[in-house]
Amino acid sequence: MSIVKLDQPGKSVLMMGNEAIARGAIEAGVDFCAAYPGTPSSEVPESLASVAEHFGLYVEWSTNEMVAAEAAAAASLSGLRAIVAMKQNGVNVCSDFLMTVNLSGTKGGLVFVAADDPSAISSSNEQDSRNFARFADLPLLEPATFQEAKDMTKWAFELSESVGLPCILRSVTRLSHSRGNVKLGEIAERGRSARFEGVYIAGAFVSAQHSALHQKLEKAREEFEGSEFNWYVGPEEAAFVIVTSGSGWFYSREAVAALGLDGQVGILKLGTTWPLPERFIIDHLKQATEILVVEEVDPFLEQNIKVLLAEQTKTLGPIEVYGARTGHLPGFGEINQDRVAKALASIRGLEYRTRDEAYAKKANELALPSLPPRMPTFCAGCPHRASMWAIKAALKLDGRNGFATGDIGCYALGAGPAGFFQLKTIHCMGAGTGLASGFGKLGQFGFDQPVIAVCGDSTFFHAAIPGLINARFNSSNMLMVVLDNGGTAMTGFQPHPSSGCDALGRPAPVVEIEEVCKAIGVEVRVRDPFEVDQAIEDLYDMLQNDGAKVMVFRRRCYLVESKEKGKKRVFVDSEKCIGDDCGCARFCSRVFNCPGIIWDAEAGKAMIDEVVCTGCGVCATLCPSGAIIVEGG
Amino acid sequence: MALEKDPLNLIIAGVGGQGNVLASQIVASAGIKEGLYVTVGETYGASQRGGPVMSHVRFSAQAQCSPLIPEGQADIVVGMEPVEALRIVAEFGNPKTRVIVNPRPIYPIWVLAGQAKYPPVEEVLGKLEELVDRVEVVRVSEDGETPLPANVLMMGALAASGMVPMAIASFEEAMKEILAPKDVELNLHAFRKGVEAMTRG
Repeated sequence: MSIVKLDQPGKSVLMMGNEAIARGAIEAGVDFCAAYPGTPSSEVPESLASVAEHFGLYVEWSTNEMVAAEAAAAASLSGLRAIVAMKQNGVNVCSDFLMTVNLSGTKGGLVFVAADDPSAISSSNEQDSRNFARFADLPLLEPATFQEAKDMTKWAFELSESVGLPCILRSVTRLSHSRGNVKLGEIAERGRSARFEGVYIAGAFVSAQHSALHQKLEKAREEFEGSEFNWYVGPEEAAFVIVTSGSGWFYSREAVAALGLDGQVGILKLGTTWPLPERFIIDHLKQATEILVVEEVDPFLEQNIKVLLAEQTKTLGPIEVYGARTGHLPGFGEINQDRVAKALASIRGLEYRTRDEAYAKKANELALPSLPPRMPTFCAGCPHRASMWAIKAALKLDGRNGFATGDIGCYALGAGPAGFFQLKTIHCMGAGTGLASGFGKLGQFGFDQPVIAVCGDSTFFHAAIPGLINARFNSSNMLMVVLDNGGTAMTGFQPHPSSGCDALGRPAPVVEIEEVCKAIGVEVRVRDPFEVDQAIEDLYDMLQNDGAKVMVFRRRCYLVESKEKGKKRVFVDSEKCIGDDCGCARFCSRVFNCPGIIWDAEAGKAMIDEVVCTGCGVCATLCPSGAIIVEGG
Repeated sequence: MALEKDPLNLIIAGVGGQGNVLASQIVASAGIKEGLYVTVGETYGASQRGGPVMSHVRFSAQAQCSPLIPEGQADIVVGMEPVEALRIVAEFGNPKTRVIVNPRPIYPIWVLAGQAKYPPVEEVLGKLEELVDRVEVVRVSEDGETPLPANVLMMGALAASGMVPMAIASFEEAMKEILAPKDVELNLHAFRKGVEAMTRG
């Protein structure tokens, strides 16, 4: 049973940060959720989808974050409570809408969850989405604990309604994807009905709207002054105060304890960080002469606090501010207890050590020679490995020094050894197609390399269609390869417009990728990448033609396929595998590099690791000796 | 419940696809059932695709901890793969650390490609012995055609090891709550195999 719907107020349960956010929305009586999947945000809509029928919610996977934000805003403008969740890059995608819906204002509580990914654990960049709150003049909340993730989300709906603006709730990977104790609250009675009235037009008397927006933000500031999410712990009159928000709270508290500074250093923890609760901060910094600002990623709080301190010099006197600007904290990457403690120790002239130095040296010296690097790779059975092989082979056959532009998804691993280093560019959703469209127009400047844009099926709908239309419209010479594995695989196989089901798993109309391409007017072929020779031949053939073309490589993600259909046993016929005498240079294990195929050094032959193998059988079609056998064909 | 060491820091290390997340969820839920604060920090995303993964699980009777264990502060390491256990001990281990390890290797892509060497497993286990207080090697036996879920089996071994303060029954209750009903039987079977393996020594 989904923990998100557990109706036992007061019970303490283990919840992932994203589940806690979803639970907070349920406790607030949320009606509508729209989102595009993106790590680390996807479990917010997934948790809501898992209880949608139970509570009568509407949950959808939208084609991209901007559409999700607009769809959710429609619910808000009709008086419902709505939530949108997105990863950091999604905030960029929906920023155009953010910069206008702030002016029109909203009605029912509307919460945008922006899940940042410090250290880019699952992202192509690192960014601090809090800047969008200041940019768009929207109230910003930063939960620090799992409990706050729930409680703050609930409150965000009330705040949104009271000021008539969307609220941004900023999470980070270590909150969204960590788990901790959450005490459940009451589940709200629901029963709102939707009705649209009034006018919400950004652009009518913009300056007046902008001024009104500032007044709304001022109202939010007043609410923030007394917020239970801002607190101070430590000695009454601490001269040294850590000012922190979000993930920085745990690390700051633990760093202070590790250094034994509980009696000397105060911690001012802020949950409402734009606009700043100015009076609350001033009150708690009256005795301070030094502060250290602890936050992830940009010095956002640091800069805003500095502005406040500059304005308050007469009241507060000079205060030394340490943080990213002074180099005590990095201003990039994740922070942790060690990083905060080292900053604190260096400012206070203390030593910070978590283990004996001699032991650390010994451990590293002993271990390092025995630690082969472990790069992420395509799963055993992944169709992308075969697709990347086909691209590599076709470009080699073509011989004009062609290359592939990449995009966002599992197949981004194609830039590394998993995909034979085939992808030469990776940026944001859809960028591969836009870039290819540009490369394909460089012929008049002497450019003669063929260009392949690789793009996932979900990415195709999200952001690549305009690039393809551009290529068609401007007669660009490019070949788009859509890697259609049936879902949004990287983030957990959420459905998209050609998956045939919706966010709740119910049947949905199918938007066929090849039909979209045909309507655009480009040549389109659909092939199975596991029929490798045919795939190579077709790719080569298409590369010889001018104009924009699309190849759809269609084969379901094998993780999903093998779960549904059970896996076939694949094995090496040790009579037929002649090992290094073959001349294939251990093609299956060393070159094709599927983790399900290993080399039996003793026997000098290939063998299948049955724990890892998913039974896809593509290796059987590639083995030059026909030594790999798929049981039952 | 007061803990002998507070917070008690556990790292579960493995390779993407081995089921770290479920393992950490089981042990953490068992902790919550016994009234502890538990925090689990996970590595997700690209690491799901065969990269190294680790879960930091922290138990405290006093307060909610941060999701990241500081360098050198792992009290217990459960390694679902030998090299990954050693990788974790190098960064998070100390002379008092205790290790439970599944000795079955999963070969990294660069080893398969012939560009890196996988060390002999006995060598890895020897280095673990040299660095930490206690090493328990749990061999994950395979029941005929269907290999048992190693993640859950290792949790059985952990539960029976006496390294964590929770009762075996709390683990089993947690599993019944977390798992889909159809998966409960197989996983309880694997869990009990792990308990047996540890009890047998």
